[in-house]
Amino acid sequence: MSVTNSNALNRRVVVARLLRDRGDAMVVTSLGNPTFDVSAAGDTPLNFYLWGAMGGASMMGLGMAIAQPKRRMVVITGDGEMMMSLGSLATIACEKQANLAIVVLNNEHYAETGMQPAHAGRGVDLAGVARATGFKDVSAVNTEEELESLALRLFSSQEPMFATIRISTAPNPVSLPPRDGPLLRSRFREAILGAAASK
Amino acid sequence: MTTPVSSPQTPSTHSTSTDWPEQIFRELQELNIKQVAFVPDAGHSALIVQCQASPDMRAVSLTTEEEGIAMLAGGWLAGECGVMLMQSSGVGNCINMLSLNNECRIPMFALVTMRGEWGEFNPWQVPMGKSTQQALESAGVYVYRADSAEEIAPTVRAAGQMAFNTRRAVAVLIGQRLIGTKNFNK
Repeated sequence: MSVTNSNALNRRVVVARLLRDRGDAMVVTSLGNPTFDVSAAGDTPLNFYLWGAMGGASMMGLGMAIAQPKRRMVVITGDGEMMMSLGSLATIACEKQANLAIVVLNNEHYAETGMQPAHAGRGVDLAGVARATGFKDVSAVNTEEELESLALRLFSSQEPMFATIRISTAPNPVSLPPRDGPLLRSRFREAILGAAASK
Repeated sequence: MTTPVSSPQTPSTHSTSTDWPEQIFRELQELNIKQVAFVPDAGHSALIVQCQASPDMRAVSLTTEEEGIAMLAGGWLAGECGVMLMQSSGVGNCINMLSLNNECRIPMFALVTMRGEWGEFNPWQVPMGKSTQQALESAGVYVYRADSAEEIAPTVRAAGQMAFNTRRAVAVLIGQRLIGTKNFNK
């Protein structure tokens, strides 16, 4: 599990491509690099960045997707955060919320905390877990071609999606979005609810 | 020593000791609750069935309580109010996830049935039951209690209004005295 995956996809390039045609989609990110990657792809009120609450990204996505069934909901998380909340995959698979997609950026390490090897790099197959819980649309992306295929389906799929994307552990420039919770909350609600946000 | 199933101290003409789940359901409708996150719980079983049957509510069965804290925060951010139905033994699972509500001032509304406090048979329920209120309060949650059928509806209403009007995390502890003590020997 040494850092030898420098030929894997760059996480910033991956996220920028995935969100290029997002339209009015809602995005929630897990703490650490997924939050930084999504902000680097373009900050918008429809991004809800987690700076904590580890293990909660996918279920936040489910709640948002249920509340706004006509919008696409994309969760962008890391393999460590996803591993912490495998039960959420079971819950979400049972709910079959069609507008929800979960994208796991998989570098097989806990990059934020000193690059400790993570379970996804030690034999645990997250895509296999998702399949076993009942997700039908499951993909494991390793190449640019596979990324392009995923990006083209991300906002048009008619069923819950789960994808893991193998990414490099190579570091990227700092990209820090707002971390003030009430600001993130209010701007997200206003973007979706307009004046009703403050009721 | 016998452990009788509780009955209200002061019988009321408005409610009985058995229809309080129906009263809670009506209050949830009044509060415009759309999302119901729940874990299996004997105390909430009648209410869970009602929520599942309601065309206006989406009831989601969780594998662990913190899933519901995150789901309901997401739901509220995107425009729907929700409620968490859980048991005192699950409160500890929620503590770090509640930082989401605390830090972002996102409402959280939970109805918590108590174990380990009134004629309990199972000693393993006692520790979390004992620390439920303190654990919630330490995580920034405002805690109300209802120990009789008469108190349930007004307490649920006040707690829900407090949560959504002031964007606070609020829990109602429903006393084991009201629910009745689980009989393991039946």
